[in-house]
Amino acid sequence: MIEAIFFYIFSAVLILSAAMVVSARNPVHAVLFLILAFFNAASLFVMLGAEFIAMTLVIVYVGAVAVLFLFVVMMLDINFAELRRGMMKHLPVGGFVGVVLLIELIWLYVTSQIDPSAASRVASPVPDANVITNTHALGQVLYTQYVYPFQISGLILLVAMIGAITLTLRPLPRARRQNVSKQVSREVKDVLKVIKVETGAGVE
Amino acid sequence: MADLFTTYVVPVLWIALKIMMIVVPLLMGMAYLTYAERKILAAMQMRQGPMVVGMYGLLQPFADAVKLLGKETIIPTGANKFVFVMAPMLTFVLSLVAWAVIPVSDGFVIANINVGVLYLFAISSMGVYGILMAGWASNSHYAFLGGLRAAAQMVSYEVSMGLVLVTVLLTTGSLNLSQIVTAEHPWWVSLLLFPMFVIFVISALAETNRSPFDLPEGESELVGGFNVEYSSMTFALFFLGEYMNMILMSGMTSILFLGGWLPPFGIAALGFIPGPIWFALKVCFVLFIFIWARGTMPRYRYDQLMRLGWKVFLPFTLAWVVLMAGALLYNNALPGM
Repeated sequence: MIEAIFFYIFSAVLILSAAMVVSARNPVHAVLFLILAFFNAASLFVMLGAEFIAMTLVIVYVGAVAVLFLFVVMMLDINFAELRRGMMKHLPVGGFVGVVLLIELIWLYVTSQIDPSAASRVASPVPDANVITNTHALGQVLYTQYVYPFQISGLILLVAMIGAITLTLRPLPRARRQNVSKQVSREVKDVLKVIKVETGAGVE
Repeated sequence: MADLFTTYVVPVLWIALKIMMIVVPLLMGMAYLTYAERKILAAMQMRQGPMVVGMYGLLQPFADAVKLLGKETIIPTGANKFVFVMAPMLTFVLSLVAWAVIPVSDGFVIANINVGVLYLFAISSMGVYGILMAGWASNSHYAFLGGLRAAAQMVSYEVSMGLVLVTVLLTTGSLNLSQIVTAEHPWWVSLLLFPMFVIFVISALAETNRSPFDLPEGESELVGGFNVEYSSMTFALFFLGEYMNMILMSGMTSILFLGGWLPPFGIAALGFIPGPIWFALKVCFVLFIFIWARGTMPRYRYDQLMRLGWKVFLPFTLAWVVLMAGALLYNNALPGM
């Protein structure tokens, strides 16, 4: 009973905050609602027993990605009314994608209802949670059966990172860089000279 | 009805009692941490520190709390009220919530979850939101600059902190904090972990916005940073949150590197002293390092701070993860192999 109550609380907040992400007038509020949505999705993962994925979701999306979102949204003065003007034009495309996703979800649900063994054919066999922890089980599948897809996704991320760096890195001819070893190796006798000045003679 | 009582009411009361057993000493510890900080700084600068309220100024934290409670809460006119009030509450709540998984002694932990390390990492990475929200909602340039600095700073130090955690997890083979404490490893592993301990403590200083990395506050340039506009209880919550985060980071350090509730260096003769006391002593030791750093070091310049995080710590920790994994594999000491 308690589980059901918590499930409905988390999913209700998740759906409401997801709706607020697209409808909020203030972009910063939209990002804050997005964080709330991520957090509730993580709670649902915890209830499913997928604790590792739940924590990773919070660390990666809430702790890193959303911080950068918030950072950018706060810095830029985005006029959301302007952006929203083209909404009616893009509505058919967005609606089409939404309908396709919905049909896929319904399809998944119906097939699992008709044929209960369908799920076991798609996923790897699930080990008993009492014998092995969630994290171990994930690692054993990820680094054996799916090692190539896993490594390839890592490579794709690396390429994306290099691409982002090369796109934004431009030489700054006037940039003044700090050279720590040069600073540390400076000595008094190299930079300071003590001169005894004769009265009326001055220094060259 | 009796069934409802035994299945729900009794466990809830028991959990509430356990939470109080953690939170009440924690709040007391936090109050006296402010006192300890002022006394230690005073001793380092050959002053006396608080001496007036109570014997040796021992009641000073309570006098400060009463003073803060009695002040007026001012919300600036241009501020975004909801976010402005939410920010300190979020900071305070997050610093308390993390204690749910910290094992104070063998079995003395509220929630002994399998992914304890990840949970702590997730909660501490969310700490930046309180500061970022405060900086934005205050509608003030100083506060905003403080918030932006905090965001950039915390994101840069989290990466190397994560790699330090990976190194520790390699040697223990578990994400459970109690198992990390009790895990046994050969002496050379402890030696290899020492540089990681140093980096973790420095990253913890940056993560909790403590001096010499207290740029989000930066009194000398940003007035008070993200909390310029805050007063009374809202300011007190930020203050409490910062000190609580310090205690939390010290707790994490003592669990990951100093052996938690076990006696130091595995000396069995010291085992008669109960675990929570050892844990508290180790936390105090790390807290002393925090205050010591504040008393000794000048504030970093902002670009130096970024350089340290991205160009020094990140490559070093990454190389150390590889080295550690290689050493463990070569000596057949990987746990779970």
